[in-house]
Amino acid sequence: MDWLFFSEIGLAGVGSGGLYALTGLALVLIYKATRVVNMAIGEILMFGAYVFMGFSAGLALPMWAAIPLAILVTGLMGGVIERLIIRPMLGESAISIFMVTIGLGSVLVGLVEIIWGANPQRLVEFMPSDPIFIGEAYLSSKVGYAFAIAAVVLGLFLIVFRTWRGGVALRATAGDQAAAYSMGINVPGVFSSVWVITAMISAGAGILVGSIGGISPNMGVYGLSVLVVVIVGGLDSLLGALIAGVLVGIIETYAGAYLGGEYKMLATFCLLVLVLVVRPYGLFGTHEIERL
Amino acid sequence: MTSESPILDIRNIEVVYNNTVQVLRGLSLSVPKGAVVALLGSNGAGKSTTLKAISRLLELEKGEVKSGEIMFDGKAVREDSPHGLVRRGLFHVMEGRRVFEDLSVEENLTAATYADDLNKAKKRFELVYEYFPRLYERRDGLAGYLSGGEQQMLAIGRALIANPKIILLDEPSLGLSPLFTEEIFSIIARINNEQGTSMLLVEQNAAMAFAVADYGYIMETGKIVLDGPTDVLTSDSDVQEFYLGMGGHGEGESKSFRDVKHYKRRKRWLS
Repeated sequence: MDWLFFSEIGLAGVGSGGLYALTGLALVLIYKATRVVNMAIGEILMFGAYVFMGFSAGLALPMWAAIPLAILVTGLMGGVIERLIIRPMLGESAISIFMVTIGLGSVLVGLVEIIWGANPQRLVEFMPSDPIFIGEAYLSSKVGYAFAIAAVVLGLFLIVFRTWRGGVALRATAGDQAAAYSMGINVPGVFSSVWVITAMISAGAGILVGSIGGISPNMGVYGLSVLVVVIVGGLDSLLGALIAGVLVGIIETYAGAYLGGEYKMLATFCLLVLVLVVRPYGLFGTHEIERL
Repeated sequence: MTSESPILDIRNIEVVYNNTVQVLRGLSLSVPKGAVVALLGSNGAGKSTTLKAISRLLELEKGEVKSGEIMFDGKAVREDSPHGLVRRGLFHVMEGRRVFEDLSVEENLTAATYADDLNKAKKRFELVYEYFPRLYERRDGLAGYLSGGEQQMLAIGRALIANPKIILLDEPSLGLSPLFTEEIFSIIARINNEQGTSMLLVEQNAAMAFAVADYGYIMETGKIVLDGPTDVLTSDSDVQEFYLGMGGHGEGESKSFRDVKHYKRRKRWLS
């Protein structure tokens, strides 16, 4: 067995896991705050990557403008989606809202195909391309930088979530909507901001994912792996999304390297089945507190 | 009652759930500034619905005020959003306490700072801990692990943080031991005295409610059937029998359900 190769694959797995974790965070946030499983998360991510391409390649804007603009535009779109499509659905059954987000995903795919066409594209290079060596192990610089960015964003997010008052508002809304209203918390405002924030996170992840593997309207399938991540981690656990993200990233990459690319998805879904059998709420998902 | 305009004035409201079930049928009541008003009634009479209509949380349950007007502090509540009303000084302590179970005690209080200016609200944390030393001891623990009585304290503590003009209290004694109930009510009276907060108190425990309230309303199937100052109400024979459990006609046979007329009357009140 080639240990160098083994550790290089592991590093690449951790790297792609970081992006899973980042997107998983977006999914968990929406679920926690609004109890909506957003099946369109992969498509929002794809949309963000295309908007970035539009700004960087289409309008030839410099990177420092194109990246924030793409994130901003996608965030705005998240807000509009919430206001026009999700808000009127509040109070409907969870399954209806779930279906609506699936439909939303298809609409986004169609929109992107109309604007940019259905062919896969490459994003403008913006990350340094010198390979990174950790010890002797080689790591593609894109994966390395993407992981670093994802880790920083995740870290910042966890800190803000714990300390900022808005984090309390969000968690209060997640816990009990009516009670949150009765505290003077602007609950619809919380919903809107959650959609905006998660769309922004997804756009960022989309740019990183796209710069590694290129973009195509089918990129939304990425959302399926992310769904596995958050179910494995526990739908309502931020920490779970982080750990499961890295775990799924590693398993997927190893399966791809040793068994062949077609086993990637098989490996992740086997993990999903295994975890669900042992822990139906995911690794870190919480049941309601039972008072003793 | 004073001639000053009341802090809360409900005029002839009708509430319908889901466009089909009418719960309130022309209910009117008012709470004068600085007063504690009790609202009594049996299960399903519409007490909680009344409070939710005032705080507009009704809309979350597909309820709607079909006619009539609710005035809070000189302005109709329908002109405000539910959270806007809270910021204007109307705080609803909901039935069953509704603390945020997976937030710590202190974070629960922090959530209530949204009801007021943040800096002013921050200063009232000490006040809450002074009223409820127990909450201070457990401030870093999860609210879900508090006992029922402590959760009720937390629910009232959140109202204190908000420093409202009026508190709507929905069954603060629900599921509490008599000892805790007494403690909670003494604190309710203290808040009314010291902070001058008006209160609309919904209760099943009529004796407790009358002990702190100045005025009482009794409702039955969606409207007020009896109202008056609490000392008048306590001497009313129906109120004594049905709410204070003193028994109208002594012992034994007269309380039998074979007494059809009595049974009907009772049925109407307690169904």
